[in-house]
Amino acid sequence: MSQWIVPLAVVAILGAGLWSGVKVFDVFVEGAAQGLKTGATILPALVALLTAVGMFKASGALDLFTFALEPLARLLALPREVIPLALLRPISGSGALAIFQDLLATHGPDSFVGRVASVMQGSTETTVYTIAVYYGAAGITRSRHTLAAALCADITGFVASAMMVRLLMGGP
Amino acid sequence: MMNWVFVLMAAAALAAGALTGRMEQVSQAAMSSCGEAVELVFSLLGMLCLWSGLMKVAEEAGLTARLSRLLSPVLNWLFPGVREGSPAAQAISLNMAANLLGLGNAATPLGITAVQEMKKESPLGGTATNDMAMFVVLNTASLQLIPTTTAAMRLATGAAQPLDILPAVWVASALSLSAGVIAAKVLGGVVSPLGAPVRRHAR
Repeated sequence: MSQWIVPLAVVAILGAGLWSGVKVFDVFVEGAAQGLKTGATILPALVALLTAVGMFKASGALDLFTFALEPLARLLALPREVIPLALLRPISGSGALAIFQDLLATHGPDSFVGRVASVMQGSTETTVYTIAVYYGAAGITRSRHTLAAALCADITGFVASAMMVRLLMGGP
Repeated sequence: MMNWVFVLMAAAALAAGALTGRMEQVSQAAMSSCGEAVELVFSLLGMLCLWSGLMKVAEEAGLTARLSRLLSPVLNWLFPGVREGSPAAQAISLNMAANLLGLGNAATPLGITAVQEMKKESPLGGTATNDMAMFVVLNTASLQLIPTTTAAMRLATGAAQPLDILPAVWVASALSLSAGVIAAKVLGGVVSPLGAPVRRHAR
């Protein structure tokens, strides 16, 4: 079913363009050139972000933070095994995916930890990356409350994940 | 705030690297990550061009105007500063449609366009408006109906029913999204456009 969406969207958009007399090919190329420019404008923000994230991951800071955050996780009823995932999810999509894979392999996808990790992974996004890319491309340098509000959503998502797995699928 | 995240992550890496004796790896990561950023942009470039091109066609065909009119009740509430039918409203509509359909790769280029269009109409210059913050929050907590990557990895590691987590994912995403929207609305009224909190009880 889902494999139909992209081809249908492409044909529908191009078909509608042709129908209303748009020079489809020329207009497409004009828009695509804009996309190329956008790619160049997000590069500086990504260099900054990926360098900081890369250093962070390589340093073992994740283990130290996991240790420090254990009491908080207990308070929020999050299993301690998923703390690294919660820490990395907002800053690195590929990093989070690697930890998620590891959690599934170690604990099993149908274990409590595996399920909580799955729901966390499925219900949140790479927050800091999204902010860096969107604002970097548009030249927004003062993000004001964007990060705070987005992290509110992430933390709520993490706590809700553990809660919903307990409620709907049974506790540990 | 992004400035702080940037500095704090690097500083935490330096401190942790010193504590755990992994300065060698930290140093290597610092020098190799910038290359990864270039590779990432290259891997995104095709998608950026494809969906920017398709969006231009959809725009000239009048499709995006129709979509944004359809979504205008929601858009007006979420983004009070975005004019109905403006290029920004159209880009936002397309981005939301792509998110709902699970087309993450299409949502990113469309979202970038949306923020660029919002900036054109903003009086704040390089400072984020409440509408931009709301828009980015929606994208960082986006409601994806079927998390395909997660399901695929559960299947690969031998889950009995990879999709049995769906109800929990839906409720957790909905709660997360609501918290984000509420936080953006509340904070938007409190944080002054200059970036510092409004001091209501200043002496």
